[in-house]
Amino acid sequence: MNFISLSRLLTRNFNYNLVSKKRHLNQGSISNLLKRNYTAATVPDQYASTVTVTTPTFITPSPDSLGFEETKVKKTYRPIYLDMQATTPTDPRVLDAMMPYFTQQYGNPHSRTHAYGWEAEKAVEKAREYVADIIGADPKEIIFTSGATESNNMSLKGVARFYKSSKKHIITTQIEHKCVLDSCRVLGEEGFDVTYLPVKTTGLIDLDVLAESIRPDTAIVSIMTVNNEIGVTQPIEEIGRICRSKKVFFHTDAAQAVGKIPIDVNKMNVDLMSISGHKIYGPKGIGALYVRRKPRVRLEAIQSGGGQERGLRSGTVPTPLVVGIGEACRIAKEEMKYDTERVRKLSQRLINGITSKVKDVVRNGDQNAVYPGCVNLSFAYIEGESLLMALKDIALSSGSACTSASLEPSYVLRALGADDDMAHSSIRFGIGRFTTEQEIDLVVDRVVKHVDKLREMSPLWEMVQEGIDLKSIQWSQH
Amino acid sequence: MSAGIQQSVPSRAYILNLYHSLLRASRSFSNYNFRDYAYRRIRDSFHQHKNETGPTKIIELVKNAEKELEVIKRQGYLNNLYAVDKLVVEEEINEKKATRFRGDN
Repeated sequence: MNFISLSRLLTRNFNYNLVSKKRHLNQGSISNLLKRNYTAATVPDQYASTVTVTTPTFITPSPDSLGFEETKVKKTYRPIYLDMQATTPTDPRVLDAMMPYFTQQYGNPHSRTHAYGWEAEKAVEKAREYVADIIGADPKEIIFTSGATESNNMSLKGVARFYKSSKKHIITTQIEHKCVLDSCRVLGEEGFDVTYLPVKTTGLIDLDVLAESIRPDTAIVSIMTVNNEIGVTQPIEEIGRICRSKKVFFHTDAAQAVGKIPIDVNKMNVDLMSISGHKIYGPKGIGALYVRRKPRVRLEAIQSGGGQERGLRSGTVPTPLVVGIGEACRIAKEEMKYDTERVRKLSQRLINGITSKVKDVVRNGDQNAVYPGCVNLSFAYIEGESLLMALKDIALSSGSACTSASLEPSYVLRALGADDDMAHSSIRFGIGRFTTEQEIDLVVDRVVKHVDKLREMSPLWEMVQEGIDLKSIQWSQH
Repeated sequence: MSAGIQQSVPSRAYILNLYHSLLRASRSFSNYNFRDYAYRRIRDSFHQHKNETGPTKIIELVKNAEKELEVIKRQGYLNNLYAVDKLVVEEEINEKKATRFRGDN
Protein backbone atom coordinates (compact mmCIF):
# COMPACT_ATOMS: atom_id res chain seq x y z
CA MET A 1 0.00 0.00 0.00
CA ASN A 2 1.11 3.45 -0.74
CA PHE A 3 0.49 4.79 2.74
CA ILE A 4 2.55 2.13 4.47
CA SER A 5 5.61 2.77 2.34
CA LEU A 6 5.37 6.49 3.08
CA SER A 7 5.11 5.92 6.79
CA ARG A 8 8.17 3.75 6.69
CA LEU A 9 10.09 6.45 4.99
CA LEU A 10 9.14 8.99 7.58
CA THR A 11 9.54 6.87 10.64
CA ARG A 12 13.13 6.11 9.87
CA ASN A 13 14.08 9.68 10.67
CA PHE A 14 11.23 11.15 12.64
CA ASN A 15 10.04 8.39 14.88
CA TYR A 16 10.80 10.39 18.01
CA ASN A 17 8.15 13.06 17.55
CA LEU A 18 5.29 11.07 16.19
CA VAL A 19 1.82 11.33 17.55
CA SER A 20 -0.69 8.78 16.51
CA LYS A 21 -4.34 8.39 17.23
CA LYS A 22 -4.40 4.78 16.15
CA ARG A 23 -1.22 3.28 17.44
CA HIS A 24 -0.70 0.10 15.51
CA LEU A 25 2.55 -1.60 14.95
CA ASN A 26 3.59 -2.62 11.52
CA GLN A 27 5.69 -5.45 12.75
CA GLY A 28 5.66 -7.46 9.56
CA SER A 29 6.62 -4.82 7.07
CA ILE A 30 9.36 -3.22 9.06
CA SER A 31 10.94 -6.04 10.97
CA ASN A 32 13.63 -6.29 8.32
CA LEU A 33 14.76 -2.81 9.21
CA LEU A 34 15.20 -3.72 12.83
CA LYS A 35 17.50 -6.62 12.37
CA ARG A 36 20.94 -5.41 13.25
CA ASN A 37 24.13 -7.29 13.14
CA TYR A 38 26.28 -6.91 16.18
CA THR A 39 29.72 -8.27 15.79
CA ALA A 40 32.17 -8.49 18.61
CA ALA A 41 35.64 -8.30 17.18
CA THR A 42 37.33 -8.76 20.53
CA VAL A 43 35.72 -12.12 21.20
CA PRO A 44 36.51 -14.36 18.23
CA ASP A 45 34.18 -17.17 19.39
CA GLN A 46 31.11 -14.98 19.04
CA TYR A 47 32.31 -13.33 15.90
CA ALA A 48 29.41 -14.46 13.81
CA SER A 49 26.66 -14.17 16.40
CA THR A 50 23.71 -12.05 15.34
CA VAL A 51 21.38 -10.24 17.69
CA THR A 52 18.00 -9.01 16.60
CA VAL A 53 16.66 -5.98 18.40
CA THR A 54 13.03 -5.00 18.13
CA THR A 55 12.02 -1.54 19.18
CA PRO A 56 8.42 -1.40 20.38
CA THR A 57 8.07 2.36 19.90
CA PHE A 58 8.08 2.06 16.15
CA ILE A 59 4.65 3.44 15.25
CA THR A 60 2.94 4.93 12.27
CA PRO A 61 2.22 8.65 12.14
CA SER A 62 -1.24 10.07 12.61
CA PRO A 63 -2.87 10.55 9.22
CA ASP A 64 -3.74 14.22 9.72
CA SER A 65 -0.25 15.55 10.45
CA LEU A 66 1.75 12.97 8.56
CA GLY A 67 3.72 12.45 11.71
CA PHE A 68 5.11 15.94 11.97
CA GLU A 69 4.49 17.90 15.08
CA GLU A 70 5.10 21.58 15.29
CA THR A 71 7.03 22.75 18.28
CA LYS A 72 7.79 26.41 18.57
CA VAL A 73 11.44 27.02 19.30
CA LYS A 74 12.04 30.20 21.22
CA LYS A 75 15.27 31.83 20.20
CA THR A 76 17.44 32.64 23.14
CA TYR A 77 19.62 35.69 23.43
CA ARG A 78 22.63 36.33 25.57
CA PRO A 79 22.70 39.22 28.02
CA ILE A 80 24.91 42.24 27.47
CA TYR A 81 28.17 41.97 29.37
CA LEU A 82 28.68 44.95 31.64
CA ASP A 83 30.81 43.53 34.42
CA MET A 84 34.28 44.48 33.25
CA GLN A 85 35.64 44.74 36.80
CA ALA A 86 35.00 41.03 37.32
CA THR A 87 36.75 40.02 34.13
CA THR A 88 37.14 41.17 30.55
CA PRO A 89 36.79 39.26 27.29
CA THR A 90 40.08 38.05 25.84
CA ASP A 91 41.06 40.35 23.01
CA PRO A 92 41.27 38.43 19.71
CA ARG A 93 44.71 39.95 19.12
CA VAL A 94 45.87 38.51 22.45
CA LEU A 95 44.47 35.11 21.61
CA ASP A 96 46.19 35.27 18.24
CA ALA A 97 49.54 35.86 19.91
CA MET A 98 48.94 32.97 22.30
CA MET A 99 47.85 30.34 19.80
CA PRO A 100 51.32 29.36 18.49
CA TYR A 101 52.40 28.52 22.04
CA PHE A 102 49.31 26.42 22.61
CA THR A 103 49.79 24.46 19.40
CA GLN A 104 53.29 24.10 17.97
CA GLN A 105 55.76 25.93 20.19
CA TYR A 106 55.08 24.05 23.38
CA GLY A 107 58.57 24.05 24.82
CA ASN A 108 59.35 24.58 28.48
CA PRO A 109 60.90 28.05 28.79
CA HIS A 110 63.36 26.71 31.35
CA SER A 111 64.74 24.03 29.00
CA ARG A 112 68.21 25.21 28.07
CA THR A 113 69.24 22.28 25.92
CA HIS A 114 67.03 22.55 22.85
CA ALA A 115 65.30 24.92 20.46
CA TYR A 116 61.85 24.28 21.91
CA GLY A 117 63.00 25.74 25.19
CA TRP A 118 64.86 28.62 23.59
CA GLU A 119 61.93 29.87 21.55
CA ALA A 120 59.62 29.65 24.57
CA GLU A 121 62.13 31.53 26.71
CA LYS A 122 62.48 34.21 24.08
CA ALA A 123 58.71 34.68 24.01
CA VAL A 124 58.54 34.87 27.80
CA GLU A 125 61.27 37.49 27.94
CA LYS A 126 59.57 39.55 25.24
CA ALA A 127 56.33 39.44 27.23
CA ARG A 128 58.22 40.46 30.36
CA GLU A 129 59.46 43.53 28.51
CA TYR A 130 55.93 44.51 27.50
CA VAL A 131 54.63 44.13 31.06
CA ALA A 132 57.55 46.14 32.43
CA ASP A 133 57.05 48.77 29.78
CA ILE A 134 53.45 49.55 30.71
CA ILE A 135 54.38 50.39 34.31
CA GLY A 136 57.74 51.97 33.55
CA ALA A 137 59.78 49.23 35.20
CA ASP A 138 62.80 47.15 34.27
CA PRO A 139 62.00 43.68 32.85
CA LYS A 140 64.15 42.09 35.57
CA GLU A 141 61.73 43.43 38.17
CA ILE A 142 58.72 41.51 36.83
CA ILE A 143 57.73 38.15 38.32
CA PHE A 144 54.99 36.13 36.69
CA THR A 145 52.39 34.67 39.03
CA SER A 146 48.99 33.05 38.67
CA GLY A 147 47.09 36.30 39.15
CA ALA A 148 46.69 39.38 41.29
CA THR A 149 45.58 37.32 44.29
CA GLU A 150 48.85 35.42 44.31
CA SER A 151 50.79 38.64 43.74
CA ASN A 152 49.07 40.26 46.71
CA ASN A 153 49.65 37.24 48.92
CA MET A 154 53.29 37.04 47.89
CA SER A 155 54.05 40.67 48.54
CA LEU A 156 52.24 41.00 51.86
CA LYS A 157 53.24 37.68 53.38
CA GLY A 158 56.64 37.70 51.71
CA VAL A 159 57.73 41.12 52.96
CA ALA A 160 56.16 40.73 56.41
CA ARG A 161 57.76 37.35 57.01
CA PHE A 162 61.16 38.36 55.65
CA TYR A 163 61.43 41.37 57.94
CA LYS A 164 59.56 39.88 60.89
CA SER A 165 62.56 40.02 63.25
CA SER A 166 62.51 43.83 63.25
CA LYS A 167 59.13 44.87 61.76
CA LYS A 168 55.80 43.90 63.22
CA HIS A 169 53.28 46.28 61.70
CA ILE A 170 51.23 46.33 58.47
CA ILE A 171 49.01 49.13 57.17
CA THR A 172 46.18 48.63 54.73
CA THR A 173 42.76 50.13 54.09
CA GLN A 174 39.21 49.01 54.78
CA ILE A 175 38.29 48.99 51.10
CA GLU A 176 41.00 46.62 49.86
CA HIS A 177 40.20 43.52 47.87
CA LYS A 178 39.34 40.41 49.89
CA CYS A 179 42.70 38.76 49.18
CA VAL A 180 44.64 41.62 50.77
CA LEU A 181 42.34 41.74 53.77
CA ASP A 182 42.52 37.98 54.21
CA SER A 183 46.32 37.93 53.90
CA CYS A 184 46.41 40.59 56.60
CA ARG A 185 44.12 38.51 58.78
CA VAL A 186 46.47 35.54 58.45
CA LEU A 187 49.45 37.74 59.30
CA GLY A 188 47.50 39.09 62.26
CA GLU A 189 47.20 35.52 63.51
CA GLU A 190 50.97 35.14 63.07
CA GLY A 191 51.50 37.99 65.47
CA PHE A 192 51.62 41.05 63.24
CA ASP A 193 49.82 44.26 64.08
CA VAL A 194 47.48 45.33 61.29
CA THR A 195 46.05 48.83 60.91
CA TYR A 196 43.00 49.11 58.65
CA LEU A 197 42.84 52.73 57.56
CA PRO A 198 39.35 54.21 57.30
CA VAL A 199 38.33 56.06 54.14
CA LYS A 200 36.45 59.30 53.71
CA THR A 201 32.93 59.29 52.30
CA THR A 202 34.45 59.90 48.89
CA GLY A 203 36.35 56.63 49.12
CA LEU A 204 39.75 58.30 49.34
CA ILE A 205 42.12 57.74 52.23
CA ASP A 206 43.26 60.59 54.43
CA LEU A 207 46.97 61.15 53.83
CA ASP A 208 47.48 62.69 57.26
CA VAL A 209 45.95 59.64 58.92
CA LEU A 210 48.27 57.45 56.87
CA ALA A 211 51.35 59.46 57.86
CA GLU A 212 50.36 59.27 61.50
CA SER A 213 49.76 55.53 61.36
CA ILE A 214 53.26 54.70 60.13
CA ARG A 215 55.39 53.49 63.03
CA PRO A 216 59.10 52.71 63.23
CA ASP A 217 58.29 49.00 63.04
CA THR A 218 55.94 49.25 60.05
CA ALA A 219 57.00 46.72 57.43
CA ILE A 220 54.64 47.44 54.54
CA VAL A 221 51.81 49.69 53.47
CA SER A 222 49.31 48.17 51.02
CA ILE A 223 46.80 50.45 49.29
CA MET A 224 45.03 49.62 46.06
CA THR A 225 45.30 51.96 43.07
CA VAL A 226 41.79 51.67 41.64
CA ASN A 227 39.06 50.17 43.78
CA ASN A 228 37.27 47.25 42.17
CA GLU A 229 33.81 48.18 43.44
CA ILE A 230 33.59 51.94 43.26
CA GLY A 231 36.46 52.75 40.90
CA VAL A 232 38.04 55.34 43.18
CA THR A 233 41.67 56.07 42.33
CA GLN A 234 43.83 56.69 45.38
CA PRO A 235 46.55 59.37 45.32
CA ILE A 236 49.29 56.79 44.77
CA GLU A 237 52.02 59.32 44.08
CA GLU A 238 51.49 61.11 47.41
CA ILE A 239 51.21 57.82 49.29
CA GLY A 240 54.44 56.65 47.65
CA ARG A 241 56.20 59.82 48.68
CA ILE A 242 55.09 59.44 52.31
CA CYS A 243 56.17 55.79 52.41
CA ARG A 244 59.55 56.51 50.81
CA SER A 245 60.26 59.34 53.21
CA LYS A 246 59.52 57.06 56.18
CA LYS A 247 61.43 54.15 54.60
CA VAL A 248 58.45 51.81 54.54
CA PHE A 249 57.75 49.44 51.66
CA PHE A 250 54.72 50.40 49.59
CA HIS A 251 52.64 47.76 47.84
CA THR A 252 49.74 48.62 45.56
CA ASP A 253 47.16 46.31 44.04
CA ALA A 254 46.89 47.75 40.53
CA ALA A 255 44.84 44.93 39.00
CA GLN A 256 42.07 47.37 38.04
CA ALA A 257 44.43 50.18 37.10
CA VAL A 258 47.13 48.81 34.81
CA GLY A 259 46.33 49.46 31.18
CA LYS A 260 43.51 51.81 32.09
CA ILE A 261 45.29 54.73 33.70
CA PRO A 262 48.93 55.76 33.15
CA ILE A 263 51.22 54.19 35.74
CA ASP A 264 54.89 54.75 36.43
CA VAL A 265 56.36 52.84 39.35
CA ASN A 266 59.35 55.19 39.63
CA LYS A 267 57.32 58.36 39.59
CA MET A 268 54.88 56.87 42.09
CA ASN A 269 57.58 55.36 44.32
CA VAL A 270 55.89 51.99 44.33
CA ASP A 271 57.95 49.09 45.67
CA LEU A 272 55.60 46.23 44.85
CA MET A 273 52.73 46.18 42.37
CA SER A 274 50.21 43.46 41.56
CA ILE A 275 48.99 43.07 37.99
CA SER A 276 46.30 40.78 36.65
CA GLY A 277 46.03 39.44 33.11
CA HIS A 278 42.30 38.96 32.77
CA LYS A 279 41.42 42.51 33.75
CA ILE A 280 43.27 43.91 30.75
CA TYR A 281 41.72 41.71 28.02
CA GLY A 282 44.31 39.02 28.61
CA PRO A 283 43.91 35.38 29.64
CA LYS A 284 42.82 34.21 33.08
CA GLY A 285 45.28 32.43 35.32
CA ILE A 286 48.18 34.79 34.82
CA GLY A 287 49.34 37.83 36.71
CA ALA A 288 52.52 39.62 37.50
CA LEU A 289 54.24 41.16 40.47
CA TYR A 290 56.58 44.08 40.21
CA VAL A 291 59.35 43.85 42.83
CA ARG A 292 61.69 46.83 43.03
CA ARG A 293 65.43 46.14 42.81
CA LYS A 294 66.75 49.56 43.77
CA PRO A 295 66.30 50.01 46.72
CA ARG A 296 65.92 46.30 46.95
CA VAL A 297 62.77 44.72 48.32
CA ARG A 298 63.32 41.27 49.74
CA LEU A 299 60.60 38.66 49.94
CA GLU A 300 60.28 35.26 51.50
CA ALA A 301 58.99 32.95 48.78
CA ILE A 302 55.73 31.16 49.53
CA GLN A 303 56.25 28.40 47.01
CA SER A 304 59.34 26.18 47.12
CA GLY A 305 60.62 24.38 44.05
CA GLY A 306 62.86 24.72 41.04
CA GLY A 307 63.76 28.32 41.72
CA GLN A 308 62.14 29.88 38.64
CA GLU A 309 61.41 33.62 38.57
CA ARG A 310 64.43 34.50 40.73
CA GLY A 311 63.40 31.88 43.25
CA LEU A 312 60.37 33.91 44.25
CA ARG A 313 57.82 31.89 42.38
CA SER A 314 58.88 28.35 41.59
CA GLY A 315 56.95 26.38 39.01
CA THR A 316 57.11 26.27 35.23
CA VAL A 317 56.19 29.59 33.68
CA PRO A 318 53.10 29.06 31.48
CA THR A 319 54.42 30.33 28.14
CA PRO A 320 51.07 30.84 26.32
CA LEU A 321 49.55 32.74 29.22
CA VAL A 322 52.64 34.86 29.71
CA VAL A 323 52.66 35.70 26.01
CA GLY A 324 48.99 36.60 26.44
CA ILE A 325 49.54 39.02 29.32
CA GLY A 326 52.50 40.51 27.46
CA GLU A 327 50.48 41.11 24.32
CA ALA A 328 47.57 42.45 26.41
CA CYS A 329 49.94 44.96 28.02
CA ARG A 330 51.40 45.95 24.67
CA ILE A 331 47.94 46.56 23.20
CA ALA A 332 46.74 48.34 26.34
CA LYS A 333 49.66 50.74 26.15
CA GLU A 334 49.13 51.37 22.46
CA GLU A 335 45.38 51.81 22.80
CA MET A 336 45.26 53.59 26.14
CA LYS A 337 44.42 57.00 24.72
CA TYR A 338 41.76 55.64 22.38
CA ASP A 339 40.22 53.37 25.03
CA THR A 340 40.21 56.03 27.75
CA GLU A 341 38.51 58.50 25.48
CA ARG A 342 35.87 55.99 24.51
CA VAL A 343 35.22 54.64 27.99
CA ARG A 344 34.79 58.19 29.27
CA LYS A 345 32.29 58.96 26.54
CA LEU A 346 30.26 55.82 27.17
CA SER A 347 30.38 56.32 30.92
CA GLN A 348 29.04 59.84 30.50
CA ARG A 349 26.31 58.54 28.22
CA LEU A 350 25.29 55.94 30.80
CA ILE A 351 25.27 58.31 33.76
CA ASN A 352 23.47 61.09 31.91
CA GLY A 353 20.96 58.65 30.48
CA ILE A 354 20.05 57.21 33.86
CA THR A 355 20.16 60.36 35.97
CA SER A 356 18.09 62.35 33.49
CA LYS A 357 15.26 59.85 33.71
CA VAL A 358 15.46 58.49 37.26
CA LYS A 359 15.41 60.50 40.47
CA ASP A 360 17.40 59.72 43.60
CA VAL A 361 20.37 58.01 42.01
CA VAL A 362 23.70 58.45 43.75
CA ARG A 363 27.06 57.68 42.23
CA ASN A 364 29.32 56.20 44.87
CA GLY A 365 32.90 57.39 45.16
CA ASP A 366 34.69 60.66 44.59
CA GLN A 367 33.50 62.27 41.37
CA ASN A 368 36.92 63.70 40.52
CA ALA A 369 39.07 60.70 41.35
CA VAL A 370 37.07 57.88 39.86
CA TYR A 371 37.95 55.66 36.92
CA PRO A 372 35.14 56.27 34.38
CA GLY A 373 34.88 52.60 33.40
CA CYS A 374 33.52 51.69 36.83
CA VAL A 375 30.16 53.29 37.55
CA ASN A 376 28.71 52.34 40.92
CA LEU A 377 25.18 53.68 41.31
CA SER A 378 22.84 53.45 44.27
CA PHE A 379 19.14 53.52 43.42
CA ALA A 380 17.37 54.70 46.54
CA TYR A 381 14.30 52.82 47.84
CA ILE A 382 14.87 49.64 45.85
CA GLU A 383 17.07 46.68 46.50
CA GLY A 384 20.06 46.13 44.28
CA GLU A 385 19.59 42.38 44.18
CA SER A 386 16.00 42.63 42.99
CA LEU A 387 17.03 45.10 40.30
CA LEU A 388 19.76 42.68 39.22
CA MET A 389 17.16 39.94 38.94
CA ALA A 390 14.89 42.18 36.89
CA LEU A 391 17.72 43.20 34.58
CA LYS A 392 18.17 39.75 33.17
CA ASP A 393 19.19 41.15 29.80
CA ILE A 394 22.32 42.63 31.31
CA ALA A 395 25.17 40.87 33.09
CA LEU A 396 25.85 43.06 36.09
CA SER A 397 26.98 42.76 39.65
CA SER A 398 26.25 44.61 42.84
CA GLY A 399 29.89 44.50 43.86
CA SER A 400 32.89 42.24 43.82
CA ALA A 401 32.48 38.93 42.02
CA CYS A 402 34.05 37.13 44.98
CA THR A 403 31.24 38.22 47.29
CA SER A 404 28.41 38.22 44.77
CA ALA A 405 26.96 35.03 46.22
CA SER A 406 26.08 36.66 49.53
CA LEU A 407 23.28 39.12 50.03
CA GLU A 408 25.29 41.15 52.55
CA PRO A 409 25.79 44.76 51.52
CA SER A 410 29.24 45.52 50.22
CA TYR A 411 31.84 46.18 52.90
CA VAL A 412 33.41 48.78 50.62
CA LEU A 413 30.26 50.89 50.58
CA ARG A 414 29.89 50.38 54.33
CA ALA A 415 33.43 51.68 54.81
CA LEU A 416 32.44 54.77 52.87
CA GLY A 417 29.84 55.40 55.52
CA ALA A 418 26.91 54.70 53.22
CA ASP A 419 23.63 53.96 54.92
CA ASP A 420 22.52 50.37 54.89
CA ASP A 421 19.73 51.05 52.43
CA MET A 422 22.05 52.79 50.00
CA ALA A 423 24.64 50.02 50.31
CA HIS A 424 21.92 47.48 49.60
CA SER A 425 20.71 49.32 46.50
CA SER A 426 24.01 49.64 44.66
CA ILE A 427 24.83 48.27 41.23
CA ARG A 428 28.16 48.35 39.47
CA PHE A 429 28.36 49.00 35.73
CA GLY A 430 31.68 48.08 34.14
CA ILE A 431 32.45 49.62 30.77
CA GLY A 432 35.33 48.43 28.65
CA ARG A 433 37.04 48.40 25.29
CA PHE A 434 34.35 46.36 23.58
CA THR A 435 31.26 48.11 24.94
CA THR A 436 29.15 49.86 22.31
CA GLU A 437 26.79 52.84 22.29
CA GLN A 438 23.82 50.61 21.44
CA GLU A 439 24.51 48.50 24.48
CA ILE A 440 24.63 51.54 26.75
CA ASP A 441 21.35 52.83 25.30
CA LEU A 442 19.68 49.49 25.90
CA VAL A 443 21.01 49.37 29.45
CA VAL A 444 19.70 52.87 30.17
CA ASP A 445 16.31 51.90 28.75
CA ARG A 446 16.05 48.72 30.82
CA VAL A 447 17.34 50.27 34.03
CA VAL A 448 14.89 53.16 33.82
CA LYS A 449 12.01 50.81 33.09
CA HIS A 450 12.74 48.41 35.93
CA VAL A 451 13.63 51.04 38.51
CA ASP A 452 10.27 52.69 37.88
CA LYS A 453 8.47 49.38 38.13
CA LEU A 454 10.22 48.33 41.33
CA ARG A 455 9.67 51.71 42.93
CA GLU A 456 5.98 51.52 42.13
CA MET A 457 5.89 48.32 44.14
CA SER A 458 8.00 49.66 46.98
CA PRO A 459 6.22 50.86 50.10
CA LEU A 460 9.24 53.01 50.95
CA TRP A 461 8.92 54.90 47.70
CA GLU A 462 5.22 55.47 48.39
CA MET A 463 6.01 56.88 51.82
CA VAL A 464 8.65 59.18 50.39
CA GLN A 465 6.18 60.43 47.81
CA GLU A 466 3.78 61.21 50.63
CA GLY A 467 6.45 63.27 52.30
CA ILE A 468 7.39 60.97 55.18
CA ASP A 469 11.01 61.16 56.25
CA LEU A 470 12.21 57.56 56.34
CA LYS A 471 14.91 58.38 58.87
CA SER A 472 12.26 59.37 61.42
CA ILE A 473 10.55 55.99 61.35
CA GLN A 474 11.20 53.60 64.22
CA TRP A 475 11.26 50.26 62.42
CA SER A 476 11.59 48.12 65.50
CA GLN A 477 11.68 48.43 69.23
CA HIS A 478 15.17 48.38 70.62
CA MET B 1 56.08 44.70 -1.31
CA SER B 2 58.64 41.98 -0.96
CA ALA B 3 61.04 41.96 1.93
CA GLY B 4 64.70 42.76 1.43
CA ILE B 5 64.16 45.24 -1.39
CA GLN B 6 64.13 48.96 -0.67
CA GLN B 7 60.47 49.56 0.10
CA SER B 8 58.57 52.20 -1.79
CA VAL B 9 55.52 53.99 -0.49
CA PRO B 10 52.46 51.92 -1.34
CA SER B 11 50.02 53.44 -3.77
CA ARG B 12 46.79 55.10 -2.79
CA ALA B 13 44.82 52.36 -4.49
CA TYR B 14 46.65 49.68 -2.55
CA ILE B 15 45.97 51.41 0.77
CA LEU B 16 42.29 51.87 -0.03
CA ASN B 17 42.09 48.25 -1.05
CA LEU B 18 43.71 47.26 2.24
CA TYR B 19 41.25 49.44 4.13
CA HIS B 20 38.27 47.77 2.48
CA SER B 21 39.73 44.31 2.98
CA LEU B 22 40.15 45.07 6.67
CA LEU B 23 36.60 46.35 7.00
CA ARG B 24 35.27 43.32 5.17
CA ALA B 25 37.31 40.96 7.33
CA SER B 26 36.10 42.67 10.50
CA ARG B 27 32.54 41.61 9.67
CA SER B 28 33.56 37.97 10.02
CA PHE B 29 33.53 37.97 13.84
CA SER B 30 30.48 36.17 15.14
CA ASN B 31 30.81 38.02 18.46
CA TYR B 32 28.94 41.31 18.30
CA ASN B 33 31.37 43.25 20.49
CA PHE B 34 34.50 42.13 18.65
CA ARG B 35 32.87 42.80 15.30
CA ASP B 36 31.79 46.26 16.29
CA TYR B 37 35.14 47.10 17.86
CA ALA B 38 37.17 45.86 14.91
CA TYR B 39 35.10 47.84 12.43
CA ARG B 40 35.21 51.00 14.52
CA ARG B 41 38.92 50.71 15.32
CA ILE B 42 39.91 50.18 11.67
CA ARG B 43 37.79 53.08 10.51
CA ASP B 44 39.06 55.40 13.23
CA SER B 45 42.72 54.61 12.77
CA PHE B 46 42.56 55.05 8.99
CA HIS B 47 40.81 58.38 9.46
CA GLN B 48 43.29 59.41 12.11
CA HIS B 49 46.22 58.88 9.71
CA LYS B 50 44.40 60.20 6.68
CA ASN B 51 46.79 63.12 6.19
CA GLU B 52 50.00 61.24 6.90
CA THR B 53 52.78 62.26 4.50
CA GLY B 54 56.00 60.78 5.92
CA PRO B 55 57.03 57.82 3.72
CA THR B 56 58.58 55.77 6.54
CA LYS B 57 55.50 56.32 8.69
CA ILE B 58 53.19 55.26 5.87
CA ILE B 59 55.21 52.12 5.21
CA GLU B 60 55.11 51.26 8.90
CA LEU B 61 51.37 51.82 9.15
CA VAL B 62 50.68 49.75 6.06
CA LYS B 63 52.84 46.96 7.41
CA ASN B 64 50.91 46.96 10.66
CA ALA B 65 47.61 46.98 8.80
CA GLU B 66 48.71 43.98 6.74
CA LYS B 67 49.57 42.13 9.92
CA GLU B 68 46.25 43.08 11.51
CA LEU B 69 44.39 41.84 8.45
CA GLU B 70 45.91 38.41 8.91
CA VAL B 71 45.03 38.45 12.62
CA ILE B 72 41.42 39.44 11.91
CA LYS B 73 41.05 36.78 9.24
CA ARG B 74 42.35 34.07 11.56
CA GLN B 75 40.48 35.24 14.64
CA GLY B 76 37.25 35.90 12.76
CA TYR B 77 37.31 32.32 11.56
CA LEU B 78 38.18 30.97 15.00
CA ASN B 79 35.49 33.10 16.58
CA ASN B 80 32.93 31.57 14.24
CA LEU B 81 33.92 28.04 15.17
CA TYR B 82 32.81 28.67 18.75
CA ALA B 83 29.84 30.89 18.02
CA VAL B 84 27.14 31.23 20.68
CA ASP B 85 23.70 32.84 20.76
CA LYS B 86 23.32 36.42 19.64
CA LEU B 87 23.17 39.27 22.15
CA VAL B 88 19.98 40.99 23.23
CA VAL B 89 21.19 44.22 21.68
CA GLU B 90 21.59 42.56 18.28
CA GLU B 91 17.96 41.52 18.38
CA GLU B 92 16.96 45.14 19.04
CA ILE B 93 19.12 46.43 16.23
CA ASN B 94 17.66 43.90 13.82
CA GLU B 95 14.14 44.81 14.87
CA LYS B 96 14.83 48.49 14.35
CA LYS B 97 16.21 47.75 10.90
CA ALA B 98 13.11 45.76 10.06
CA THR B 99 10.70 48.47 11.19
CA ARG B 100 12.33 51.33 9.34
CA PHE B 101 12.49 49.29 6.18
CA ARG B 102 12.81 51.82 3.40
CA GLY B 103 14.69 50.52 0.39
CA ASP B 104 18.39 49.90 0.86
CA ASN B 105 18.90 50.94 4.49
